[in-house]
Amino acid sequence: MNSISFIGRRLLQIVPVLIGISLVSFFLIMMIPGDPVRMVLGPRATEEAVTAMRQEWGLDRPIWAQYLSYIGNTLTGDLGQSLKFRIPVLDLVLQYLPRTLFLVAYVLVIALPATILMAVIAARNEGRWPDQLIRVISILGMTIPVFWLGVLFARYFGVKLGWFPVSGYGDGFVEHLHHLFLPAVSTSLWLAPLLTRNLRAALIEQTEADYVAASRAKGLPEGYIFRRHILRNSVLPTLNLLGVMIAFLIGGSVVVEIVYAVPGLGALMVGSVLGRDYFVIQGLTLVYAIATVAITLAIDIFTAAIDPRTSE
Amino acid sequence: MTDLASTASVHPAAPRFRHGTIEAALGAALLLAWLIAAVGAGVFAPYDPNALDLVAMLAPPDGVHWFGTDHLGRDVFSRVIYGARIDIWMGFAGVIAPLVVGVTVGLIAGYFGGLTDTILMRILDITVAFPFFILVIAIVGVLGPGLVNYIIALALVAWVAYARLVRAEVLVVKRLEYVQAARALGFSDFVIILRHVLPNVLGSITIYAWTDAVMVILAGASLGFLGLGAQPPTAEWGVMIADGQPYVLQAWWICLFPGIAMVTLSLGFILVSDGLSRRLRVSS
Repeated sequence: MNSISFIGRRLLQIVPVLIGISLVSFFLIMMIPGDPVRMVLGPRATEEAVTAMRQEWGLDRPIWAQYLSYIGNTLTGDLGQSLKFRIPVLDLVLQYLPRTLFLVAYVLVIALPATILMAVIAARNEGRWPDQLIRVISILGMTIPVFWLGVLFARYFGVKLGWFPVSGYGDGFVEHLHHLFLPAVSTSLWLAPLLTRNLRAALIEQTEADYVAASRAKGLPEGYIFRRHILRNSVLPTLNLLGVMIAFLIGGSVVVEIVYAVPGLGALMVGSVLGRDYFVIQGLTLVYAIATVAITLAIDIFTAAIDPRTSE
Repeated sequence: MTDLASTASVHPAAPRFRHGTIEAALGAALLLAWLIAAVGAGVFAPYDPNALDLVAMLAPPDGVHWFGTDHLGRDVFSRVIYGARIDIWMGFAGVIAPLVVGVTVGLIAGYFGGLTDTILMRILDITVAFPFFILVIAIVGVLGPGLVNYIIALALVAWVAYARLVRAEVLVVKRLEYVQAARALGFSDFVIILRHVLPNVLGSITIYAWTDAVMVILAGASLGFLGLGAQPPTAEWGVMIADGQPYVLQAWWICLFPGIAMVTLSLGFILVSDGLSRRLRVSS
């Protein structure tokens, strides 16, 4: 009962955020310097053509009317036409989306076990050399530009050694795994250090908690206390951080997709920006934001399910 | 830029050895070295960063060209040195712009509270609903590629972290007795914020700003690499790596050196930030 009302409350809170998101993506198009119609039609367009397109796009109507029809269209899944591909933006997004999702899942499968392993080793050896070593690794991981590493990896492991394909997505699950291995590893190399730093801090904070001292006083073995209490209590803060990081990951996938020529949403985004395909930019921005909100919501609900205290 | 230098030189000279001092000093030394390189690029760089030498295309590193030359025969060493100007400027402007916006929003929201606070925090919620890099690309995409538009995009997107930090601190500070006293004495809100609240929140935002600089530089270089940031032939490190990408098998040096430059500059910022926050944690 309590958890249902919590979910209801969270859903209600999301409504204004969704309205805000729609406003931002609507006004994004308004930020185009100059006249978007002339931009699309080119400088030599006749006055009639400009007026016709202005009417077709509804730009002759007041702003609020334009916004309302934008909302109406969006709710029915109409995100406009791509100026370059001449197909609906939604179709384009659905076509590119699975590759990015696959990549993000792949990264998590690689980065999460590595993170947990490194953070546990570091926390259990706080201040000693394994902790220092992991700290150095994680600082280095944060400073190395992913695209630079990607370029070097693609040429060395891909072209020189020929171990991995350096572009595309492949056919079938095994081929996907093979094609996306280098992109996923390059991304994990900056994600895992960030997560490790935070999980390590959470673990050490728990180590100093009163209940740990109480468990020790009862004579429980250290390993048991660590597994049963400390690790469990560190899951929640890390889970919340993971929600934030997934949003970051979605953004970070853009660069990796370009380096390894993976035809995903990020590559589509950059292509649209370079080709001034405004409705695709607008639609993608909206889709990315809704995905982020959905992930945050899912993690909140999951957190509340694990730990009922957070829903109070 | 002078600001970077002065902040950097303050911390190594701490009176007593404390946790994080060595880190902060090492970071400051790295930053100082890059700053000197950037300011004195005209002196240190042996060649014009954009001078073409079509006879010496893709020449490997040697005594004449320390870091080799690129596909147009430009000296990679000179371009890396001149690139420091662009990337440090980018880090500086890219931190200051969102910092000013965020601090202002945070001060106003935290100090006045009520409806003002609610509205500003709703705007914040909406901004964080977008993945950071995506919104930056979208704004740059709409305004047009380029460094200045990148800074504008950062001012619109990256202010949220500063606003949150500052607002949280202001909520604490405004209950302190001397702030209450200043209010009772009839000082205007503006004076109270500027003279009494702002100095109290500067510490925590400074530490964050050092880490933020790393993100700003990495994201900016990524944009340069994607063709959305600094535009060729500008000697910006991300642009240089993109230039070298097609030749990386036969001429690895074009890509390698700008990347090492980025790692060492970012390392400087992270070490200073880490060192400072460790020292604060130990001393508090």
